[in-house]
Amino acid sequence: MIEDARIEGRVWTFGDNVDTDAIVPGKYLVHDLPEIAKHVMEGIRPDLAPLIERGDIIVGGNNFGTGSSREMAPRGLQAAGVSAVIAKSFARIFFRNCINVGLAPVECAGSDVIEEGQRVSIDLARGIVTIVDTGQQLEAVPLPQEVGEILTAGGMENYLAAKFTGAHS
Amino acid sequence: MGMTVTEKIIARAAHRDRVQPDEILWVDVDLAMMHDSSGPRRIWPALERLEMGIWDPDRVVLVCDHYVPANTIAAAEILETTRKFANAFGIKRFHEADGIAHTLMVEKGYAQPGMMYLGSDSHTCTAGVMGCLALGVGSTDMLGIVTTGQTWLRVPHSIRVQVNGELSTGVTAKDLILTIIGDKGMDGGLYRVLEFGGSAIDTMSVQERSVLTNMCAEIGAKTGIVPSDRTTVKHLAALGVDADEGPTSDSDAVYEQVWNYDATDIEPVVARPNCHDDIIPISSLGEPAVTRAYIGSCTGAKYEDLAMAAAVLQGRHVAETVLLQIAPASREALQQAMDDGTAHALMKAGAHFLSTGCGACPGIGAGILAAGEVSISTTSRNSRGRMGSPESSLYLGSPYSVAAAAVVGKIVDPRELIGDLP
Repeated sequence: MIEDARIEGRVWTFGDNVDTDAIVPGKYLVHDLPEIAKHVMEGIRPDLAPLIERGDIIVGGNNFGTGSSREMAPRGLQAAGVSAVIAKSFARIFFRNCINVGLAPVECAGSDVIEEGQRVSIDLARGIVTIVDTGQQLEAVPLPQEVGEILTAGGMENYLAAKFTGAHS
Repeated sequence: MGMTVTEKIIARAAHRDRVQPDEILWVDVDLAMMHDSSGPRRIWPALERLEMGIWDPDRVVLVCDHYVPANTIAAAEILETTRKFANAFGIKRFHEADGIAHTLMVEKGYAQPGMMYLGSDSHTCTAGVMGCLALGVGSTDMLGIVTTGQTWLRVPHSIRVQVNGELSTGVTAKDLILTIIGDKGMDGGLYRVLEFGGSAIDTMSVQERSVLTNMCAEIGAKTGIVPSDRTTVKHLAALGVDADEGPTSDSDAVYEQVWNYDATDIEPVVARPNCHDDIIPISSLGEPAVTRAYIGSCTGAKYEDLAMAAAVLQGRHVAETVLLQIAPASREALQQAMDDGTAHALMKAGAHFLSTGCGACPGIGAGILAAGEVSISTTSRNSRGRMGSPESSLYLGSPYSVAAAAVVGKIVDPRELIGDLP
């Protein structure tokens, strides 16, 4: 349940307007997810993908995930091990795609104080991002319940399974 | 208090009398679109796991445009999956190599005034030109939509983009929307709907209006909309679609912002490489040299775009240092250009015609760029490496500006060539 959802991980930071061509360049869309995961963020930081470890958190500026509707952007990040994306604001399709694939998007206006390499802890239900290294707490936008239900289910497919077929996939 | 056209469409789809911005609602979907990249290859396995079917195949449009024509076996498999899906689920409005989905939604009369239309592509907003609410989503959102016929949304605030006056000769809707994006930034419309109106919009063709709604994706907006009017209804009537004018905004509707523009002030502009909100008038650019010119995409390769290019290229020839490639946005666009001599003029000027489809614009199809190449294109995005090598450079401009650059080998004010037709 979203009430219990807490995510903690090490941070990689980015600036404003990180677009989906930077997150997963179009030329990789023909490939399968494990291959795509090897190339995430290649369009903006070509050396990053091999360094991402399970649980890491991406922190962006404004309009994170702008550009194409490709769901492989959040899916690729997730497959690479990323556990959440924090940004000052999100491009709306990227935000929806995160919810639908079960990757937490966290809207946090003050996120630019977070430094690369720090660990942050996210309380999704209360909307609080804590920088573990310093104890500083930042306010985030809690997810609306209608949307939180989809994320909590683990994404849209599980949500549909629970609602219409009575079985979790 | 009145409602905007957007609020009226959402209220109807949510079975409500009225809605307020920021409310989150579940709505009924009237029309859904998927393409070869975002559609069956992504959602079919989930449909099988869920043992669910499609809520209404007659409300689904399926288009192969991203991987047409296939140039790898993997791409060919994607197309084959898409064909099999159309057949398995009885989707009659299936198109392969007929054009780019967003162009077809308007050209075939599928998108109609007042509809709640969801498509799994970020340029779905293009169809807002027909006075419908056209919202782009991702693949798994589309899975939910095609299985249930419903989706959730947050009611957006509306921004009225009021454009009065008249565009000058050689200045296009592309120059207008690039100017607006340059002023407001690529997140200037975040979560908002841009509603276009004013005398400059009233006199604009459907195809030119659609450049404005298309590039609402590049200003971060939820979508763009041109409330339907006589031009909309006439366009549909010509296609044999009997549609009413549909909802419009009340005179006392509430807008979060009003952006006023005088079309008379707009001049030819380009976006500089790597950033589609880095806009500069061509007159201040310093005439950089280009080696490539590309007329393609749902943004800039409709019939009227080809005709604009031909107006510059007629009786001239592409510079020896430049390769001009044209990927028409639809079969119909090419057919029309063939019928009236536009395609002939372009061929004679040295243009290289490519297949219809998304082509090089998303860096998937034919015509992509090598390191060091400098291109100007009628497309909508120029993030680093968008159309090929991360070391290539890509300017965005109008069809006139791309054609003029192709002739001169440098980016020049196209009005200099239009005013002096040979």
